[in-house]
Amino acid sequence: MSIRVDETKCNGCGLCVRSCGTNAIEIKDKLATITVEGCTMCGACVAACRFNAISIDIEKQPREDLDKYKGVWVFGEQRGGRVAPVVFELIGVGRNLADARRSELAVIILGNNISDAANELAEYPVDKVYIYEAPELEVYDAERYCRVLTDVVREFKPEIFLAGATTTGRSFMSGVAINLYTGLTADCTGLEIGEDGLLHQTRPAYGGNIMATILCPYTRPQMATVRHKVFPMSPKRAQGRAEIINLTPKPNLFSSRSKFLEFIETVGEKVNLTDANIIVSGGRGVGGPEGFEVIRELADELGAAVGASRAAVDAGWISYAHQVGQTGKTVCPKIYIACGISGAVQHQVGMRSSDIIIAINKDPNAPIFSIADYGFVGDLFEIIPALVRKIRQMRGVEAVCRV
Amino acid sequence: MPATTEVKIDPETKTLVREGIENQINPFDLYALEEAVRTKEKMEAAGEPSTVIAICKGAPHAEEQLREAISLGADEAVLLTDRRMAGADTWCTSYELAAAIKRFEPDIVFCGMQAIDGDTGQVGPGIAVHLNYAQAAYVAEIISIEGKKMVVKRLIEDGYEVVELRLPAVLTVVKEINEPRTPSLRGKMAAKKAQITVWNADDLNLPEDKIGLLGSPTQVVKVMTPPCRSGGDKYEGEPAELADKLYDVLKCLEVV
Repeated sequence: MSIRVDETKCNGCGLCVRSCGTNAIEIKDKLATITVEGCTMCGACVAACRFNAISIDIEKQPREDLDKYKGVWVFGEQRGGRVAPVVFELIGVGRNLADARRSELAVIILGNNISDAANELAEYPVDKVYIYEAPELEVYDAERYCRVLTDVVREFKPEIFLAGATTTGRSFMSGVAINLYTGLTADCTGLEIGEDGLLHQTRPAYGGNIMATILCPYTRPQMATVRHKVFPMSPKRAQGRAEIINLTPKPNLFSSRSKFLEFIETVGEKVNLTDANIIVSGGRGVGGPEGFEVIRELADELGAAVGASRAAVDAGWISYAHQVGQTGKTVCPKIYIACGISGAVQHQVGMRSSDIIIAINKDPNAPIFSIADYGFVGDLFEIIPALVRKIRQMRGVEAVCRV
Repeated sequence: MPATTEVKIDPETKTLVREGIENQINPFDLYALEEAVRTKEKMEAAGEPSTVIAICKGAPHAEEQLREAISLGADEAVLLTDRRMAGADTWCTSYELAAAIKRFEPDIVFCGMQAIDGDTGQVGPGIAVHLNYAQAAYVAEIISIEGKKMVVKRLIEDGYEVVELRLPAVLTVVKEINEPRTPSLRGKMAAKKAQITVWNADDLNLPEDKIGLLGSPTQVVKVMTPPCRSGGDKYEGEPAELADKLYDVLKCLEVV
């Protein structure tokens, strides 16, 4: 394996220098020169070069007949019988992929007493719903999930296997890919079938500063976890129902070294941050725990979730579960309302893929304004209560009009 | 109890932290390291001597970050560095780290929940499967450790899950778990003197076709910079006017 610059093709333009994350390339005498010690073989420069001058030589062959693998599978994540919203988004994109490959789309659901969930999934445009039911799968268990899905994939050989990039999907899918010795791409925001017939998986890296397209050419299935709210929810089928197939559980797969003890619901929060269509977030400008009452009030009016910047969480004004940003959650709601948040780059990486960003801040030079679609320069403690009053007042008016 | 901290550092973090900081320990790994050191301190107070080993895979100069780990309380540090391991995806990275961790037969492996460059969160759970250890991801609190049993609280979308694990186990931790200390003077002295163990693929008997770019199932084929987001309209004025304007915006967006 080696990285090479073709001297006849390189004109020293420097595109590769800019693409390099480790500063391992410089232009010497109009020729790109790569420092071997600094290079991590990430391939960014190969992709950046417009003259095909850089290549990484790698000789690889598939170890088995890849044509045996057919169909697209979606992991039907559920808890307590409630199907995770991301599953319906996966069905939508999975349908497109299956059609492009002229193959079937299946969803597999693990759990106990989940026939209602399976029936619900059968109303969507999937060809098959596989149910794997056992008391041992009542709650999520990383080891059992991992072993069962590895076993099922070995038996049914799907070509593509997708799961939501939830705390569940992100923790067990890695193990399935390890067991199968195949690739897994995390947090995809783009999935399509290329002309080569392969799944082209696009994901943000470096906090969204770059988008990388990743392939899994020599092993199957091609596996990916997919971010929430990136793909639209699939509509229900126009007619008919998907076939529901019960798989026979294999108790030998159920040994585990972990035991679920209890679930503690986060008190008082109606909307979960990653599922929310609207997020109202507070930062340093909120001034204290009582300041978040104003944020919560607006969130309640809008049916929104409450977010926070690192500064507010570190100050102890609100719990970590609300933190958006590099060391918190990455969110992409339809509307993100940043209140009293200056918008440091570490915060931006967690929210800049929101569809619409609205910012309220006293400081007209706050960095948040440079990415906000609508910026309001002013005191959040004056603007938000006035807005809440207006919303209530207008709702009142509408209610009267309807009567 | 030898605890191991996977302090995965990537020199590429530079591109994200654009404030002129050179390489740094991935922030999530600082919480992992801190929790390992706190666990060790508790074990020692209970009369059970233990060791914290920081393991990192990276370029030779990542040694600096391992010294920082020692200044923050790690007892030993191991650097995995080898040209043949370059370009590894999460499959190979977890395979390589697992091979190094195995040498110590630790009871608990602490990892950050994800790195801030690739932020896949796949390496920690991957290590658990390679090692065939129990695992818990997104751990926000260690509730108890008694003998070979450990109870942890995992942060999930709408709450916490309390799970009991039989050791050995791999944990990936979230920020909520602790507040990392700053290096002590004694720690800084220890860091200066420390002998960093350096291993390559041969030291770990790793076959070349299972490591680095060659062993990795995935390949990056295209990298591009997404278009920059630019600011839109900015409004100034009386709070009441601004509230009215904001109401109109929300009305246009069909949310009020």
